[in-house]
Amino acid sequence: MPRRVLFRAVHLVDPASGHDGLTDVLVEDGLVAAVGPGLSAPARTEVLPAEGLVMAPGLVDLHAHLREPGFEHKETVETGCRAAAAGGYTAVCAMPNTDPVADNVAVVAEVRALAEKAGLCEVVPAAAITQGLAGESLVDMAELAEAGVRLFTDDHRCLQSSRLMRLALEYARGLDVVIAQHAQDAELSEGWQMHEGYHSTALGLTGAPSEAESVVVARDLALARLTGGRLHVTHVSAAESVELVRAARAGGVRATADVTPHHLALLDEDLAGYDTNLKVNPPLREREDRDALRAALAEGTVDAVATDHAPHAEEEKEQEFDLAPPGTIGLETALAVVLTELVAPGHLTLAEAVDRMSVRPAAILGLEEHGGPVAPERPANLVVFDPAAEWVVAAPFRSMARNCAFLGRRLRGRVVHTLLRGEFTVRDGEPMR
Amino acid sequence: MIKHLLSIGQLSREDILRILDTAASFREVGTRVIKKVPALRGRTVVNLFYEPSTRTRISFELAAKRLSADVINFTTGGTSVAKGESLKDTALTLQAMGADAIVLRHSSSGAAHILSRWVTASVINAGDGTHEHPTQALLDLFTIREHFPSFEGLRVGIVGDVRHSRVARSLTRALVTMGGQVTLVGPPTLVPPEVVLWGAEVSYDLDAVLPKLDVCYLLRVQRERQRQQFFPSVREYSRRYGLTRARVEALPDQALVMHPGPMNRGVEIASEVADLPRAVITDQVANGIAVRMSLLYLMLTGGEARGASAPEPAEAAAGGRG
Repeated sequence: MPRRVLFRAVHLVDPASGHDGLTDVLVEDGLVAAVGPGLSAPARTEVLPAEGLVMAPGLVDLHAHLREPGFEHKETVETGCRAAAAGGYTAVCAMPNTDPVADNVAVVAEVRALAEKAGLCEVVPAAAITQGLAGESLVDMAELAEAGVRLFTDDHRCLQSSRLMRLALEYARGLDVVIAQHAQDAELSEGWQMHEGYHSTALGLTGAPSEAESVVVARDLALARLTGGRLHVTHVSAAESVELVRAARAGGVRATADVTPHHLALLDEDLAGYDTNLKVNPPLREREDRDALRAALAEGTVDAVATDHAPHAEEEKEQEFDLAPPGTIGLETALAVVLTELVAPGHLTLAEAVDRMSVRPAAILGLEEHGGPVAPERPANLVVFDPAAEWVVAAPFRSMARNCAFLGRRLRGRVVHTLLRGEFTVRDGEPMR
Repeated sequence: MIKHLLSIGQLSREDILRILDTAASFREVGTRVIKKVPALRGRTVVNLFYEPSTRTRISFELAAKRLSADVINFTTGGTSVAKGESLKDTALTLQAMGADAIVLRHSSSGAAHILSRWVTASVINAGDGTHEHPTQALLDLFTIREHFPSFEGLRVGIVGDVRHSRVARSLTRALVTMGGQVTLVGPPTLVPPEVVLWGAEVSYDLDAVLPKLDVCYLLRVQRERQRQQFFPSVREYSRRYGLTRARVEALPDQALVMHPGPMNRGVEIASEVADLPRAVITDQVANGIAVRMSLLYLMLTGGEARGASAPEPAEAAAGGRG
């Protein structure tokens, strides 16, 4: 591995510095050494021509299920990190619904150690809000925060108790950590298989109405206002929820939100063939919802694109629709989906896409080494991609799983290189380990 | 003819008429002393039933046997399914055994769709969860046609738990395809508003609808739905939506009473109403065999009996030259 790499004539998109144009970038000893046109290459420097390629700060995912410990038949930290690197990510927030649950320092430390051993991507473990995700008693939040946890969530076990949610937000305020919620009222969504609407009726599948999400979003925003705590609404899916977040933020509530690539691209009507890869949680919703999500992402009400990468074993998805677990993998397709579905049609500029996939999620997690700026003395966490490369999504993936909602789709934009602290984790599209 | 019958929406008006016309000729076979024709000799039909259903399974079994097909009944309980074999592995096993058609009854909506992606055999949906029951809709159309010359403008009220009824889904769409006017009747908790997109009307008032009906079609009330509070009590449901003797009087003289069975006498239909001449519920059962014969025949042979080129339905029913 050369100590120095010079990217020649790359299109650097770096919202943190405002850079959006052709330049050379020199990487040396894990850091960005120089940015500017016509850099001269010092001795023993590998020069990589990068015409037509875009460089951005490495992507940051707020929401990925790496499944280890406990569900290594679906994914491991190593394979999840390989998928992340292949998708241009340099940092991933790992969800706590492992077995054992990440509700204590030991599990968090184990996940972090596994990621360091793999060396493909930084993993920032999230921890549960409540012990065992049981919704009954809070985890030792301060101890976990000292161990580096920045985000607490019970994820798919949405915290139903208003009292505990209030206390979590209140307690978290003293630690400056984020309480993230997968907003879903357990009773309104009981038995759900998809979004409630015409298509659930036609397909005979039990629906969860958008309101199963928005009533919890409304409650949580009220509690964030009450407590001053930081709320993150993860994978928001309904137009009503977006309106609530927008209004609350305008009123000064400390709330952020993310949306998945699949909710930005796909609709409930796509379930007509009962493809279990399209069974996701929260469910794919209607065109109006998707359009509202796109608009909210563009205006910034929704801060980030997060994958909700949810790998499952093939035999788990190859079942009757109601038996198949919800979820799609997403780390390897997220950037291309955003480029194809949002940037190409003009909903987002390239700089806004990088902002929503790197800068803002890094800020939400407080990751100072990620999200740029791409400037001298900064850690070289970078992605280089070809925005024009077309490809068809097909198995196998770098992930162990193949339950991808975008299988068979033609997408535009492909990761060429990913660098983690100056080391190639992916080079010419191939993971380095 | 279609390869799989997963949803009634796959069938055009012409397809449906062809199935009904062919069924009419098979109906006669059931009246003979020897109720058998050789149309599917050497073919294997598997009844794959993941849900208890005596009447539909027997109906398909008789239909296949009257066409001289070999029939395998594969039901849960005592099979490898009970040992935890997946639907996919079961399907591949049946495929390996040379099934030509798989008739699937399953409690999961979409099970037939999913199965059809794994096998080369024809898949016939014999009821999937709360999705569809297309052969029930076809036999209902056949039964209605015995009394009304045309479906055009035919006024049909479907009463009860539309939300959870696969029969209502298939029948509504079949009737609308054929030009009928469908009103779905029940409390709002059981009649989702989206059904208007199928071209049906919605009413919450059975008494207002009854005088305008040619067919009053009652759906089975599942007591489980009361436990889930879709309606407050069976008693209240019966008072408002049960077809009582008094309510029958509000129907026009020519109107039929239908029910897919099994009935809850005294709940959605009064016992004496079920036994009226205008209640054609046993005709529905008898016609089910002929309609399923027609479907199996058309799907597995394309309507061409062995050695014969495009025989008339009556000829096929008579066994071609066999």
